[in-house]
Amino acid sequence: MLHINCPFCGLRAQKEFAYGGDATVKRPELNKEVSKEEWDNFVYMRKSPRGKHIELWHHISGCRQWFKVQRDTATHEIFKTAKMSEEIT
Amino acid sequence: MQKYSVFSLIKNAFSDHQNWEVAWKDPTPKSEYDVVIIGGGGHGLATAYYLAKEHNITKVAVIEKGWIGGGNVGRNTTIIRSNFMYDANARFNEFGMDLWRNLSQELNFNVMFSPRGIINLAHSDAQMNAYARRGNSMRLNGIDAKLLNRDEVKKLIPMADFSDEVRFPIFGGLMQPSAGTARHDGVAWGYARQADSMGVDIIQHCEVEGFDVEGGKIKGVRTSKGVIKAKKVGLCVAGSTNILAEKLNMTLPIETHLLQACVSEPVKPVLDGVVTFGAGHFYISQSDKGEMVMGGDLDGYNSYAQRGNLPTIQHVLTGGLALFPFLSRLKMLRTWGGIMDMSMDGSPIIDKTHIEGLYLNCGWCYGGFKSTPVSGWTFAHTIAQDRLHELNADLTLNRFSNGYLLDEKGLGTKTWIS
Repeated sequence: MLHINCPFCGLRAQKEFAYGGDATVKRPELNKEVSKEEWDNFVYMRKSPRGKHIELWHHISGCRQWFKVQRDTATHEIFKTAKMSEEIT
Repeated sequence: MQKYSVFSLIKNAFSDHQNWEVAWKDPTPKSEYDVVIIGGGGHGLATAYYLAKEHNITKVAVIEKGWIGGGNVGRNTTIIRSNFMYDANARFNEFGMDLWRNLSQELNFNVMFSPRGIINLAHSDAQMNAYARRGNSMRLNGIDAKLLNRDEVKKLIPMADFSDEVRFPIFGGLMQPSAGTARHDGVAWGYARQADSMGVDIIQHCEVEGFDVEGGKIKGVRTSKGVIKAKKVGLCVAGSTNILAEKLNMTLPIETHLLQACVSEPVKPVLDGVVTFGAGHFYISQSDKGEMVMGGDLDGYNSYAQRGNLPTIQHVLTGGLALFPFLSRLKMLRTWGGIMDMSMDGSPIIDKTHIEGLYLNCGWCYGGFKSTPVSGWTFAHTIAQDRLHELNADLTLNRFSNGYLLDEKGLGTKTWIS
């Protein structure tokens, strides 16, 4: 089982969390012309790398906050977690 | 090639089975091929076989990073079915069912295809209505579908929980009697042996490190065993699709996720066909050895690990116990995982790409095994003729941007939920 460090609650078991997918996907800006390609990239296209992956998790059985996790998709090692307002580089 | 038969079995018994021919050779790669197939799984080997058999293209290499049959073709739960609602998926997989029915004879290798039926259980009136609709769609496409009521289901799977106390009572189910199971390793080995006998080079332990693309045209692949020139290259690498796409600077509507399965200790026959639980994600069949073969949800986050996490197994088996309480008395023999190329609408992609001579076969989600023959058949056609066959005409890469999605379950792009 993964142990995820919620930025608000601290280290908790995976069972308390729900996954939210790739966190690097950018929604096209509101009230601007959106090209078909930009929209496709946002909705469908995913890098899905083997290795470091920045993703969203939801502490659904805890503080119910969304946050970012940087995790290795092959070893499941978690390098960093951050609030939504923070950047993971 | 030596033909397998009862006579060859008897003949070889006299020499203690020491003189059987090798089923496929272990060649060193030539410098050039007409077609290089990347990925020596079921789909890759089937593609090579149909390229040689249907299209007379035998200067073909199948290159595999590990060993053939070591990926998803050896990790699935062996279910074969064509109970799809949409025309494109239904036609495609029903053509595959026809290939399955004749596969053991065609390959001279017993793939143990056993059409004992699949039952999708319904636990509400709404679900019965949805299954009636799906069953009607199937029948319009010439696929056998049978809507079962509660009593009919009870006759077929009497060991399921039909008591009054259950949280999700069984209302009925949709059955495809011609669905079934097969021996997955045998499928890989059978295709490999026949492809090899027709001149295909099966090159194992050969990892792709990069691609040579010039002027928008594929020229070859760079591998751990040197550069291999190729006129055409086909990608058949399931969960590793995104790794190769990155080397080609392509981004695809695919995410890689982990799916687990498990088997119990072997018991006497209790379950004839395949059964899926309609109120959770759980499916079960019984192998010829007597093990209960079970699977269900994805682990739920992007993963290339090829091994799973215990909470998912626990969650899946909770659903299993709700349906079949007798499972609680069985010991689990083993669990394992495979990495799935989850497409954004749950349906596969067999298509050309923007690079000339490069072909893509991916997006099988967790239903790749049943489509092994038809995937190889249509992919071979696509590569040989450089155009899609009508069977895979809708399984295109650009259906996502065009809006012609094939979302059987209506789940959208959250692949880890499906």
